[in-house]
This record gives sequence, C-alpha cells and structure tokens, in this order.
Amino acid sequence: MLSGGAGDPAGTRATMARAEESPLIGQPLNRVDGPLKVTGRATYAYEQWEAGPPLYGFILGATIGRGRITRIDTARAERLPGVRLVMTHHNAPPQGTRDESTFLEFPRAFTALANPEIHFHGEPVALAVATTFEQARAAAGLIDVTYAVGPGRYDFAARLDHARTPKKMKIGLAADTAVGDFDAGFDAADVTIDQHYTTPFCSAQPMEPHACLAVPRGEDLIVHTGIQIVDMARTSIAGTLRMDERRIHVVSPYIGGGFGSKLRVHYETILAAIAARVLDRPVKIALTRQQTFPLVGMRPTSHQRVRLGSGRDGRLVAIAHDVTMSTNPDVEYAEQTGVTTRSLYAAPHRATSHRLTALDLPRGEDVRAPGHAPGLMAVEAAMDELAHELSMDPVELRIRNEPELDPERGVPFSDRHLVDCLREGERRFGWKRRPMKPATLREGRRLIGYGVAAAIRPHPQWATRVRVRLEADGTAVVQSDMTDMGTGTYTTLTQVAADGLGLPPERVRVELGRSEFPVSGGSGASWGAGNSSTAVHRACAALRDELLAAACGDTRSPLYGRDPATAVLADGGVRAGGVSVPLGEIVGLVRPGGEGLAAEGGTRPMAEEPNYAAYSINTYGAHFAEVGVDADTGEIRLRRMLGVFSAGRVLNAKTARSQLLGGMIWGLGMALEEAVAVDVRSGALVNRDLAQYLVPVHADVPEIDAVILEGFDEKANPLGVKGLGELGICGAGAAVGNAVFNATGVRVRDFPITLEKLLPGLPPQE
Amino acid sequence: MRPFTYERATDARAAVAAVSRPGAKFISGGTNLLDLMKLEIERPDHLVDISRLPLAAIEDPPDGGLRIGAQAVNSQVAADARVRTGYPVLAEALVAGASGQLRNMASVGGNLLQRTRCPYFYDTGAGCNKRAPGSGCDAIGGVNRTHAILGASDSCIATHPSDMAVAMTALEARIELLGADRSVRTVAVGDFYRLPGDTPHIETVLRPDEMITAVVLPPPPPGGQLYRKVRDRASYEFAVVSVAAVVSTDEGTSTGGGPGTIADARVVFGGVAHKPWRSFAAEDSLRDRPATMTTYRAAAEAALADAVGRGGNDFKIELARRTLCRTLAEAAEAAGDAQRRGGRSGRDEGDHGTR
Repeated sequence: MLSGGAGDPAGTRATMARAEESPLIGQPLNRVDGPLKVTGRATYAYEQWEAGPPLYGFILGATIGRGRITRIDTARAERLPGVRLVMTHHNAPPQGTRDESTFLEFPRAFTALANPEIHFHGEPVALAVATTFEQARAAAGLIDVTYAVGPGRYDFAARLDHARTPKKMKIGLAADTAVGDFDAGFDAADVTIDQHYTTPFCSAQPMEPHACLAVPRGEDLIVHTGIQIVDMARTSIAGTLRMDERRIHVVSPYIGGGFGSKLRVHYETILAAIAARVLDRPVKIALTRQQTFPLVGMRPTSHQRVRLGSGRDGRLVAIAHDVTMSTNPDVEYAEQTGVTTRSLYAAPHRATSHRLTALDLPRGEDVRAPGHAPGLMAVEAAMDELAHELSMDPVELRIRNEPELDPERGVPFSDRHLVDCLREGERRFGWKRRPMKPATLREGRRLIGYGVAAAIRPHPQWATRVRVRLEADGTAVVQSDMTDMGTGTYTTLTQVAADGLGLPPERVRVELGRSEFPVSGGSGASWGAGNSSTAVHRACAALRDELLAAACGDTRSPLYGRDPATAVLADGGVRAGGVSVPLGEIVGLVRPGGEGLAAEGGTRPMAEEPNYAAYSINTYGAHFAEVGVDADTGEIRLRRMLGVFSAGRVLNAKTARSQLLGGMIWGLGMALEEAVAVDVRSGALVNRDLAQYLVPVHADVPEIDAVILEGFDEKANPLGVKGLGELGICGAGAAVGNAVFNATGVRVRDFPITLEKLLPGLPPQE
Repeated sequence: MRPFTYERATDARAAVAAVSRPGAKFISGGTNLLDLMKLEIERPDHLVDISRLPLAAIEDPPDGGLRIGAQAVNSQVAADARVRTGYPVLAEALVAGASGQLRNMASVGGNLLQRTRCPYFYDTGAGCNKRAPGSGCDAIGGVNRTHAILGASDSCIATHPSDMAVAMTALEARIELLGADRSVRTVAVGDFYRLPGDTPHIETVLRPDEMITAVVLPPPPPGGQLYRKVRDRASYEFAVVSVAAVVSTDEGTSTGGGPGTIADARVVFGGVAHKPWRSFAAEDSLRDRPATMTTYRAAAEAALADAVGRGGNDFKIELARRTLCRTLAEAAEAAGDAQRRGGRSGRDEGDHGTR
C-alpha cells in the first residue's frame, strides 16, 4: 500500500532507519478490537446494562418549524401503565446556559425542554420515560401539544439577500481575508471564471444512532454514550445539569461512527442525564434514525461564488471564494468553507469571505471535513472550468499554480506533496486517456468522462494526555480518554506503544474512552491520530529513559554498569551488549511494590506550538474519477476512482486506507446523491431515513483505490504523522462532478448532480 | 410499534377467516409491513402469518402459461428457469426490484400490495390522504421529485413502488383471489389497482376478506421483452421511472433488411402513477409502424400526452419519454434477434443478478 512517490535517497535512508526503530508503525496490522466487534462483545452505549434494568425514554419532537407551545397536555400519557415521568418545559429542571466564550463549541451547555419556544421542526417538546421502550413511545404519542405557529424562515435561496457577517468564525478563523487587490487583479486577467455553486444540507448519519444510558450513583452520574471528545462532553453535561464536573463519569469505549455528529452531546444524552437524576434510576434513550436527522446537527447548505482570473498560460493572478451559508439564528454556526482556498493555489490577488443567513432549521454542526468538503466542491469545479476555458489539462493547470509559500500567510509549507499526488495519480489512473474535448468518448449507450480534483486539509493539534504503564509482568497498558469511533485508535496506539517499548503488540493493551483517564482532544478535525500517537510516543520515551537508566544503573541489574546509550528496548526486554533482561524484571527493580511503572506523555494545542506559526501544516491528495453517463436517461455511475494522498507518515496502512476509501465514497455521494430535502413551507426535513436520504451503496462503487505516498512531516510532530480522517472526502466529489462534465459537456453547479440536471443537455436519441 | 397479536394460519381458508376480524392484516415476508408498523403508519391489532401456507409453488397449468403461488418469494421467481426464458421482463423486474436479502423474504403477493414510498406518507406529522384520509396531501406543493405524473388527483400524487407489478401488467397476468366465502375470482392485474381519485387509501380492488393465492401468467407473448429501471443509485432504490416493454416485429421484406415493422407492443410504465401505467395509446401508435426512433418518439408523445408535472417531478415527463424510446428500440432489436433465432429474448442472461 505504501508506495514511494518522489524518490530521494536521503529520504529513503531516513525511512529505513525509522523502519528499524519502529517496525510496527505503518504496518497494516488488523484491528486489535476486530474480534470483539465481529462477535458482538464490544459493548456500545445503548447495549450497556448497568445497575439493573433501566427505564426507557422516548423523545417527542415538534411538528412545527417555528413558534411556541401554547398548551401541552400530558395527562393521558401519564396514565399509561409503566410510565414513570413525562417531562416538558413545565417540569424540566432549570439548566445552565450556553457559554459562547469557549474556543470550541463542544464543551458548551446544551439545554433541552427549557422553554415553550420552538426553534426548528423536530425540536424535542417532551420526554416520556417508562419501564419499556414501547410504553415510553406509546406515551409520547399520547401527549397533546397545541402550538402557535410563528413565521419561519426555511428557504435558503429566498434568504440569500439577508446574509450577514458571522459574529464569530469557528476556531478563531477570520471571516474575511484579502491579499493584494483582488478586483484589480481579476479585472486585468486574460481569462476569468465567475461562477456560483451550491451544496445542500448534509447529514452525518453514523451507523450507530445516538444513544445514552445515564446511571445515577449517589451524587455521581455515569454516562454511557458514543462521543468523540469525552472530556468536553463531561463539561457540557456538567454545565447543563449544573453539576460538579468531577461527579460525571463519561464512558465511551466503542463508537459506531461519528463524523462530527458525536463531537458534542445532544438531546438523548442531556435528557437521559436529567431524567436519571430526577428519577434516581438508570435511564436509556436512543434517537430513532428519523430523529437523528434534525437532532444532531447537519452541514449547512452553501452558496459559493468562485472567481478565478488567470493568464493565458494558466497562471492564476486572482482568486476569490465568497461563501454564504445558512445558520440557525439561535446557535450560530459558521462553517469555514472559504478557508479551503486560502492555502491551495498561488495567486497574488486573493480574497475570501463568509456570510450567514438565518434559517429556522436544525442547527449547523460539523459534518466530516467541515469547510473543505463543501469548499472543494466549488473551487475544484471552478478550476476545471478554467482548464476547459484554457484548453489545458486540469492536472497541469493545478501544477502550474503550485505555491512556494502559503499564499495567504507567507510562511513555508511544512511538507507539501500535492504535485506528487497529482503526478502519481495521473500515472496510475491512465489519465492520458482522458478526452480533452467533453462528450466525445462513448461506450455503447454510455458517455464516458474523466475528472480530477485536488485535496487539502489542515493538520491541527490539540492538547492530549496519555498514560502508559508497564506492569510487573512486562505488559503495557495505555490509557487515555481518547476515542476510537471505528477509526482504528486502539490499533494504532498499540503499534506506537509496542514500538516505543520494544514489545510485541499482543503485550500492549489500550484502554480508551473513559473520563477517568488522562484527558485528550478526542477524535475530530483529523487530530486524534496525531495527538494521541505523539502523546503515547512521548510517554514511552520517558519510560524508556527511566528503564534504561535503571537497567544500567541499578546494582541488582544484570546490565549494571553498561552505557545506557548502547542499551535498547527490544523483544520485551532491555538489551545491551548481547545481554537481554526481561522488562518486568527492570520494572520490579524500580517499583518493587508491583504497582508497575507509569509515565505520561502529551501534546499541546497548536497555538502553543511554534511550528504552527512558522509553517503551514496540511495534508494533500489528488482524486481521479471515471464515470459513465447513460446517454438516454442521464443516470451517472462511477466506473472507477483513485485517490493518491500525502499525510506524512502513516500509522497503519490498513486503517488509513479504510478511512480514505470511506471519505472518497462519501465524496461520491456528495457529488451525485446526498441532500437533506427541506419542505420550505413547514421547515420539516423530508427524507429522514436511509432509504430516502441517499448515500452510495456497494453497487455504486465498482472499483476504488487509495494510495498513500510515503512521507514524514518532521514539522508536525516527532512521529511525522498527520491526520487523514477527513482528507479522503476533500475534493472527491469535485473529481466526480468534473468527470460528469467531461462525459457530457454539461456543467452542473448545483450539487448533488442528479439525472434531471443533465437531461436537457443529453444528446438527441437516435 | 403498537401491541398486536399474531397467529400463523394453518390453511388458506382459515387464513381468510382469520383476517376478516376487524383490525387484522396478513403478513408474509414483512419487508414493507414491519417497517410501516415500526413507524406506526400501519397499526394492525392482529397479524395473520400466511408465509408458510403451501402457496409457494410455480406450476405449469394445462393450458400453458405459468401459475406462481402468492407465497413464492421474489428470489425464487426470479431464478426460475421458466420465468427467465419465457418471461424475462419479470425476472429483470424482480432482480431490479430489491436487494438479495429482501428478495429472499418478499412474497409475490406482498410485492403486489406494497405501499407507496412517498415521504409524506412516511411522516406521521404530515398531511397525507392515503395514510390519514382527509388530512390533505402535503406532497402537492412540497418536495415531490418522485411523484406521479399520470393519473394523479388533487388528493394524492403518490406512486406505486413495485417493479414486479409493472412487468406483470405487461405480461397481462391475472391475480387469483380467495374470499372468506370460499369463492375464488381472478382479476387482471391491469384492473387490480385503482387510481387515487378522492380515496387514495383504497389502492386495489381487493376486498378486506380476500387473499391473493396466485398470479397466473398467460403463455409467453411473442417478441422481445425488456424491463428498464431508471434510478438515482445503482441498487437499493425505487424507480424514478421504469418501463416494461414487450415488442414483436415483422422483418422487413426487402432484401436489404432495413427496419422491420412493429407487429405488436405492450408498454407499461412504473414510477409514474398510482399503479403500473399501461399506455394503450402508445401501443396503438406503434402497431404496424416501422421500428424506428421516429415511431418510438410518437409513441412516447402519445403515452405522456396527459402527463402533469407538480414542480419537482416535471422532468419525469421527458425522462419517461426517453426511457420508453430506448427500451422500445432495444426490445424491438431483441425481438428481431429472437425471430432470427426462432425464440424469445430479452437481455443477455449474463446481465442478471448484478442489479
């Protein structure tokens, strides 16, 4: 899987040296938690069974989009057998308020049933708790709610003119940026592209619906839930329930996918926690698949204007990316969609902007690769349009605009291999077979087209702590509140710890997802792997120093007197000069009480890391797609797809490839299928299940591959690792859309590209 | 899901007797009914399981044709050699109709009776005259990309989701019904479904105490057969538009070959109406006309002459025309090939099973 792109001898030597030090990192080790998962022994939140049979809660959602509850009658529901509690805004306990001053959204309070106001269709208006799930659901159905319907804003296109500058962009980003003089540069350009692109509301839809079991224990509360960032969930629950954070214990060892929708807690967790405290009983709530559409946030819809000005040679002189997205008015969410172009291509004159228009729809939240996923749909389509306008190969156009420095910040890139990705992909894919002129390649009734798009995604870092303890028996235990949402954390941290301590992987046990463990940044923003592997590496280095010092310095050690600089940890022991002593023996010397030897390791937030100020640290990729379009009906089917990626060093070739393939397939869905449909009369989301909200099925993906270029980003962290969880989706949809244009000559700028948008441009039937 | 009682019927007559009690419903594969019960769109008090009744045989009646038991599962019918050679349009529709897992569960009778996938029918908070008579139709003026363009009413613009029923309509199948009074009657599949009118909740002519026992196919029609399903993804999705076509041709008499003449044709659309939509106007316009795109286009114009778009589904009118034209062209070609070989033909066998 790992394959060299640009070969340089020095790099190869460094790679070989690293391979000797860390034989496991990079290997396609099978998931260490795989057997548990395939045999049903990995216990997910809803399957937890603690402290006896729980009560079951069922959430009733509003059937209006905006307004207020004028009357809510729970009498019939309360009389139903088994019903223990019907909670509405009348009897819900007071809750903390959302503190918008925190840097991230995820630790903020999240209130439910706080008042009679309805802010979006499907918002919880009541919770029924009963002995069985069926009773709870039946009770919820017997609650009579009368609403005063208010005027709601649901139609994005109709509200574009009402867009405003965000109060605050996410993670401290600037809403608007400008370099040079865009207008002058654009006006003077030989060739210009000025187009609008739209992307729809999208939903994360992990396989595991959102669920929580909350168990009160005295003054404490145990919260089993699938969550990406354990510590921030704890803070959010504590802030909402006005509890001491230390009294809350979040348990999240296994997560069936998150994709952003489990970055923060939502209604099921808050309401389960509140009900458990009120009733002093364990309470379990799962959202139905239908409820997950409005209740866990969605990617807002976007309108993106992209302007490119270039010379006849394809060199960009001006690039502007102006984004308008929707936001819920009460919980502002400004997706960083325009940020996409800030580090992508060179051009002396540039500008980006973000505007928001308020819609009374479910709140916007992060969905895989926020910002770059929708942003690249637009800017990489625009680059394809420019290549077409110039009659230039779109791969060459991109290479021609490769910047030497980050074009907005003026700092060097840490380790940029976009051109290598494009070149390697071009070669492997057989790109030269692409017809330059659209709609000219046919196979029977199918119009065939090729498309390419670039990928870029920042590699961020956040504070993370882990603890590694060597037991007296020479096994290692890694502990962190870091999470594995199917991404492979258990496996990659096993590999890093095994290499760091010279142990075989079966003598490493990784324990994750509990708030008692050292605090991590969790999984999100593609930072989980980089943060946690670096922290484990550092903890192991600290242990190694201590072990080697003891092995060579303790008079009782068989290695006493040897130079620690010549000693290594290998094969489960400390080895020096041909003599090896089992690790457990050295641990016993240092900790004779049998409690083992522990060390912590960590990372700091990127704001405190000088490299993040001095360098532009990103991951890169190039997507290539071939589609066939039915010349009669406009049905688009992928024929094959290839992604070539550069993300520094890879921890596990198998789990990394799986992540990238998943992202690429999602990108295919963004291009052709995925859209939450809003009924603009009511604000209801219309297609609220996976039969109606289309994502690719197996038959849509006949041939796909992801190739990762060998690499090591020494500016990122000591392991040279960068996150790639979100990289696969970045640009993938644009490559598919560009292939559709190449096949048909029809440019669809309103995603997804469904067949009716191609129909008017299809050739006449013969 | 609401509480309900369940019984497994021991024989056909007992089943019909059991279902005549108020609130009772048949269940077979449950691939649609259980989903609807979980969402509380269907709320039966009592289920009569007929899946194990001895009604799964596919038999050769003495006068030719094929008698398919109502409890035969879709995968069994699709794989049957007699169906594949004599009625390829049916095999193609079944294979296109569902995933392998669903085909293994879904019965022929249940497939005929599946409910619409209109999203407003599925949303118990929305107005839907089919789900809750008198509550209005939120699909009109709403999100209606998938909805009907033919035969709809101001009460309902839902479509019938079955692929199989579209092929059976083209094959002029008859549905055999057993009544509580032990009476047996047969209804042509073309007469089985109702248009929505102002009672969209009544979808067929099936009486409350009747059970489908079999579908009887007449002897295979001459010519080529094709089922073409247009959909938004390659599998696990209902038809945006589908066409079942049966076309027979007379070879051109001139030595140069040239296009033959359409001797006879049957044209049925899926995904466009409250029922499989057979277009006799299209069939009339095809008969004795040269097998050319001009002829097909004229047939398509005739078939869609009364079509009405509702906004989101306007495109389906032209899509249906184009799909019909191509399907007719391919079916005529298959008919010509078959004639030369002296048999019937649809698509190549190798094309099955991948959809």
